[in-house]
Amino acid sequence: MRGADYVIKRTGFAVVTVFVAVTLNFLLFRLAPGSAVSNLSRVPHATQETRLALKRQFGLDKSKPEQYVIFLRELARGNLGVSFENSQPVIDNLKTDLANTLPMVLLGTVFSIVLGTLTGVIAAWRRGTAVEHVTVTSALGFYSMPTHWLALMLVILFAGWFPSGGRVDDFLINPTWFQHVKDVLYHMTLPALTLALVLYGQYTLIVRSAMLETLGEDYILTARAKGLRPWTIVRRHALRNALLPISTLIALSLGYIVAGAILIETVFSWPGIGRAVYRAVLERDYPMLQGAFLVLTLSVVFFNLVADLVYFKLDPRITT
Amino acid sequence: MSVALQEPGLVEAPRPARRRAVWQVIRHRPSAVIGSTVLLLIVLVALLAPLIAPYGLHQEVGPVFGHPSWSHPLGLDDGGIDMVTLLMWGARISLVVGFAATLVSMLVGGAVGVLAGYFGRTTDVVLMRITDYFIAIPDVPLMIVVAAIWGPSLFHIVMVIGLLLWTSTARVIRAQVKSVRERVYVQRARSIGAGHVRIIFRHVLPQIAPLLIANTVLTIAVAIFDETALSFLGLGDPSRISLGKVIENAFQRTAVSSGAWWAIVPPGALVAVLILSCSLIGQALEDALNPRLRVAHLSARRFRLRPLVGRGSEAL
Repeated sequence: MRGADYVIKRTGFAVVTVFVAVTLNFLLFRLAPGSAVSNLSRVPHATQETRLALKRQFGLDKSKPEQYVIFLRELARGNLGVSFENSQPVIDNLKTDLANTLPMVLLGTVFSIVLGTLTGVIAAWRRGTAVEHVTVTSALGFYSMPTHWLALMLVILFAGWFPSGGRVDDFLINPTWFQHVKDVLYHMTLPALTLALVLYGQYTLIVRSAMLETLGEDYILTARAKGLRPWTIVRRHALRNALLPISTLIALSLGYIVAGAILIETVFSWPGIGRAVYRAVLERDYPMLQGAFLVLTLSVVFFNLVADLVYFKLDPRITT
Repeated sequence: MSVALQEPGLVEAPRPARRRAVWQVIRHRPSAVIGSTVLLLIVLVALLAPLIAPYGLHQEVGPVFGHPSWSHPLGLDDGGIDMVTLLMWGARISLVVGFAATLVSMLVGGAVGVLAGYFGRTTDVVLMRITDYFIAIPDVPLMIVVAAIWGPSLFHIVMVIGLLLWTSTARVIRAQVKSVRERVYVQRARSIGAGHVRIIFRHVLPQIAPLLIANTVLTIAVAIFDETALSFLGLGDPSRISLGKVIENAFQRTAVSSGAWWAIVPPGALVAVLILSCSLIGQALEDALNPRLRVAHLSARRFRLRPLVGRGSEAL
């Protein structure tokens, strides 16, 4: 089969990266000075039994190398300790948070990919004209704004039209399914829009430079000499080939999306994984911070792998 | 065999020409001119903050969230402190963090890139593997975790940002060094007995300098952004007022719901202008130095192969 090697190699890299991330996670938290950080059992307001149970589960009285092995074992079982803040298992908190984050991030990202590709293509095609200058300047503008500040600007601008915080209206009693979805979408508008605008700037610039590179290729000149219409050349010849680097670069922007989600959820009190990071920092809730960091890293590694495989599917030239 | 008789230092690349290239690019592109002018202006004001700030940094000069007026063009913050003064001092700290973190990241990234590209083989494989892992792990969450564990201080912020930003520099530099080390004059220098250190510093580094500068400017922008983000999440140095800290204070002390837009719009806008001017300079340099962007067979205005230094209208 074509490029089984490639798939195995990329998957192998992803697995090793996960391992590196998990190890880093252990080193950062358990080897840090001060037992508040390294001692998972110091859950405030917890009963003596809970603390002892945690101590036993994670082997906190054993040596560090032993703790590392136990940490890996508990991780494989989905045990990340107990949150200092609400005394619930970290893994349960993270599941709820992730379920809240994904729709918002997905909406913003998809929207910006569509819009960014469109404007990027136009900017490259209309190189050197006023259209390009306006597009590139606006893209650079959005790219330059601090994410949380842009979020606050939208709150100021749209105050009263869209809710500026939370995920649902708490006063909506016994909503039907349809009412609930509508309410969530209504609350989602501003956070998703912020993410979309921030990413829009970045994607426009990426797509533009990828398109400029392909437009310089000789086959574009050939297509032009054949007398094809410009729009056909852009669509069928240039964009199709430009999509390859674009897909990689979008995958690389995942880290950016994660950072954006943390800042945006903090501003809009969106009860997702990003806000969990913020709360964990604020409350010095180290088990939660550790768990959230792990989830964010894993999702970035996972989507990077997906992008690699998509790239492989798109580009028939890859064999190894 | 005149070459062998010369001092190794005389068998040199047209180094001065390359160095001038950076300046030429900046001079001939309006976006780069605007970018560098604005950046210089902000740096200047930040440097002179102790002399030209209209009020004291901790001086309460009026009511909480006082409106903009003739004596306070940007109003007052939540502690009754003049916003203009705050912005000047804030830009100072933000720039210090931006420049210092970039210096750290350039040293690490430059060293990794040069070593990997110059020595190749095992060194390259090992260093690039490490770089790959660092790229795969999202840096802002990692910064947050490290900053949260280390505790808030300006030094920690600089180190956290600097030590996690070097990956793209390392990549770019490595690719360049790989191509430069194969060039004839480098091989010639090697054949007449120049040591690694000499070759790297006298022949390789000057060649990649323009790209290194472009990368530095872009890294400054990211470092400033990251500082704002970390400060916003409450991880900034509580005793130093940076632009990120000004935004955080305004957000935490309900500037938005009090309608005090003047306490929150200017600091963010200033950060955006800072990042924008760095991006403009960096982009113009990269565009000019990347030969693949110079040809376009299909565009509204037809472009022919144009010289390395573009003329004004083709900015960006």
